[in-house]
Amino acid sequence: MGRKLLLEKAHVEGIRHYDVYRREGGYRSVEKALKTMSPDQVTEEVKKSGLRGRGGAGFPAGMKWSFLAKPEGVPRYLVVNADESEPGTFKDRYLMEFIPHLLIEGMICASYALGSNRSYIYIRGEYWWVKEILEQAIQEARNAGMLGKNILGSGFDCDIFVHPGAGAYICGEETALLESLEGKRGNPRLKPPFPAVKGLWGCPTVVNNVETISAVVPIVNDGGDEYAKLGTGKSTGTKLISACGNINKPGVYEIEMNISVEEFIYSDEYCGGIANGKRLKACIPGGSSVPILPANLLLKTAKGDARMMTYESLSDGGFATGTMMGSGGFIVMDEDQCVVKHTYTLARFYRHESCGQCSPCREGTGWMEKILLNIENGKGKMSDIDLLWDIQRKIEGNTICPLGDAAAWPVAAAIRHFRDEFEWHVTNPSDALSRNYGLANYAKPLEVVTTA
Amino acid sequence: MADEKKLFKVTIDNITVDVEPGTTILQAARKIGGDVTPPAMCYYSKLKDSGGKCRTCLVEVAQGSTADPRPMPKLVASCRTNVMDGMVVKNITSERVIDARNGVVEFLLINHPLDCPICDQAGECHLQDLSYENGKSASRYEFKKRTFDKHDLGPYIQLHMTRCILCYRCVYVADQVSGERRHGILNRGDHAEIATYIEKSLDNDFIGNVIDVCPVGALTDKTFRFKNRVWFTKPVDAHCNCDKCSGEVQLWMRGDEVLRVTARKDEWGEVKDTTKGEPGWICNTCRFERKKVSDWVIEGPSQVNRHSVISQGHYTGLVKPKETIQKVTGRDPKLLLNIKDVTEVNQVELSELKGPATSQVFKQLKKEN
Repeated sequence: MGRKLLLEKAHVEGIRHYDVYRREGGYRSVEKALKTMSPDQVTEEVKKSGLRGRGGAGFPAGMKWSFLAKPEGVPRYLVVNADESEPGTFKDRYLMEFIPHLLIEGMICASYALGSNRSYIYIRGEYWWVKEILEQAIQEARNAGMLGKNILGSGFDCDIFVHPGAGAYICGEETALLESLEGKRGNPRLKPPFPAVKGLWGCPTVVNNVETISAVVPIVNDGGDEYAKLGTGKSTGTKLISACGNINKPGVYEIEMNISVEEFIYSDEYCGGIANGKRLKACIPGGSSVPILPANLLLKTAKGDARMMTYESLSDGGFATGTMMGSGGFIVMDEDQCVVKHTYTLARFYRHESCGQCSPCREGTGWMEKILLNIENGKGKMSDIDLLWDIQRKIEGNTICPLGDAAAWPVAAAIRHFRDEFEWHVTNPSDALSRNYGLANYAKPLEVVTTA
Repeated sequence: MADEKKLFKVTIDNITVDVEPGTTILQAARKIGGDVTPPAMCYYSKLKDSGGKCRTCLVEVAQGSTADPRPMPKLVASCRTNVMDGMVVKNITSERVIDARNGVVEFLLINHPLDCPICDQAGECHLQDLSYENGKSASRYEFKKRTFDKHDLGPYIQLHMTRCILCYRCVYVADQVSGERRHGILNRGDHAEIATYIEKSLDNDFIGNVIDVCPVGALTDKTFRFKNRVWFTKPVDAHCNCDKCSGEVQLWMRGDEVLRVTARKDEWGEVKDTTKGEPGWICNTCRFERKKVSDWVIEGPSQVNRHSVISQGHYTGLVKPKETIQKVTGRDPKLLLNIKDVTEVNQVELSELKGPATSQVFKQLKKEN
């Protein structure tokens, strides 16, 4: 059983409320940080911990904090990105819903380290009830003197505000989030300048994911070195995985990053295997925008090693044979799932969520969706598959924000690994409407290329 | 001198130029001019925050600077990327750039109606130029093109949303030039559109400038609508005493009629600075109301780039032939054959029409006569 740092107390009765949370050892890190540490020491601990951003990109959090510009007389902001809209990801909701004080505790420590006196939680509009839970928790913390002026007599002022979005996936991109928080249309900004230099209202800002900020609590409590002992290599600590799809036990699991993908899917402690005794066909291990992998490449890397649930191992082999950890939205598909239909669903999502600023993403996502719908409905042509490849290639990397990439990667990966299924849809249009392509050879072990 | 600004050396397509720090790659390339200048559909040097959206100006940075010679991994938008000392940029010498730009042009055109034959912007349309340079002769798009509900922006400005490439320039003009914005981008993604949400006409003294900044035919002048092709008109610089703006304009004339008034534009299609050095935005009165030659002091023919289709009817040093017919016959040659005697169309002076020159207008006039 792996160690749990974030969800250890999540199911203590009444943990949602300040009194119980405090009794269970909550807000220890705030006391420790504000009373015994300097802001730079907190940042140093986070750096030592090797904590990587849990929002998807996996950028080291301590590094991000140290990039924050600190000009005199200019306020700095901490913004927590709770706009969790990636299909397949629901870990932040779980965290905020069950143990909201953990986030607030982490935010106070992080605000102290960054010197932010006003910190924001930007939460997606669909999580309206979570917003109420958070606001209640903030009020309790305020009443207990953990927020407001002169926290615990340290002279540090901090307050937290919750701001709901209005239902746009793009507002999870950090600069679009800042635009939206400022009350503007949620269009991503051009970078540079990065938010660390010019963020919210032109001031230096750090934007972090809910899980990243929550992980600051155990880091401050136990020290960065202790946290870095968990996990493997550069994937330190624990990670929340929201597992869904055709598995026996969907849900949010906190894993220490030292188990294999196979163990995660089949062990009873986690997903409990594929539902209804079916076989594994494919999996998207990091939320909808990361490349899909067929079963054989998911469980073993191209070199023939077991694939682990770590940032490095999941991305082993690049996009040719690997994928990404992403935000941890683990979507499992069994043998009866249609990859073409699934890719179409994702393309439809990205078409709907593109902000419409950059031409490649605005026009390309709609085009891909239409072609995929044709193929799915048995009206596709062989040339459409190459056309799709060409479109995604021209979107990827040519847009302001990563949504263009996120829209291109699933299509690229589906064609890369499941091209025969696409071709089957084209050559057998009537079959494609009545039955599934099935598992085919996607689970067959791959020949390992050995270089002498 | 210590406080003298150090100039940055930047090499674009093997041509080196010295520019001031803070210059963008695009501006440095414009300093060189010619083919090395990336096309720009959304960037407008006189509008703050514009640019970065259309992705046609993507360039490859082969060397970041002398201090940090690493290349940039992705193609960058040259309109919003500042130059560094010793930067090496590849524009048309990079296959990646050409490939990406061709892709962007294809994307821009898949939902564009390609109705150039009936579009008033044809001949001065940046998308036409761009497609000519980077487009293909056939489309791979096999679906129905996107359409929008019609939206009326008032008596002066015609909106064709299907032609729009969402460059946001008109939004910035309303914010930064007219000071009052009533239109904006509604919705998102490929269903995003320019509109006023509640139908409202745009009336503001300087809102007419959205027509000048529009790179395509999405926003056109209703008072010029269907009256002429721009390449049949003659651009002439003129000015007047205007209490709202500089009054320095360009008249688009056909014969002795003023068909259209616009701001003067430079070689990049942007509004020129006035003689006083301010951006030459013009007011609605100059643009839409002053359509008589007597309203203006004509300075002379405008300089038109000889590669532009508009230059086809443009001659410098034109000498009017002597009217020999009148001398011989003693009559005005017009009386020999007046086009209006033999045809039923064009019975009207186009410049006297307030609105668009549509068939309804002609039918109405015919009834009245």
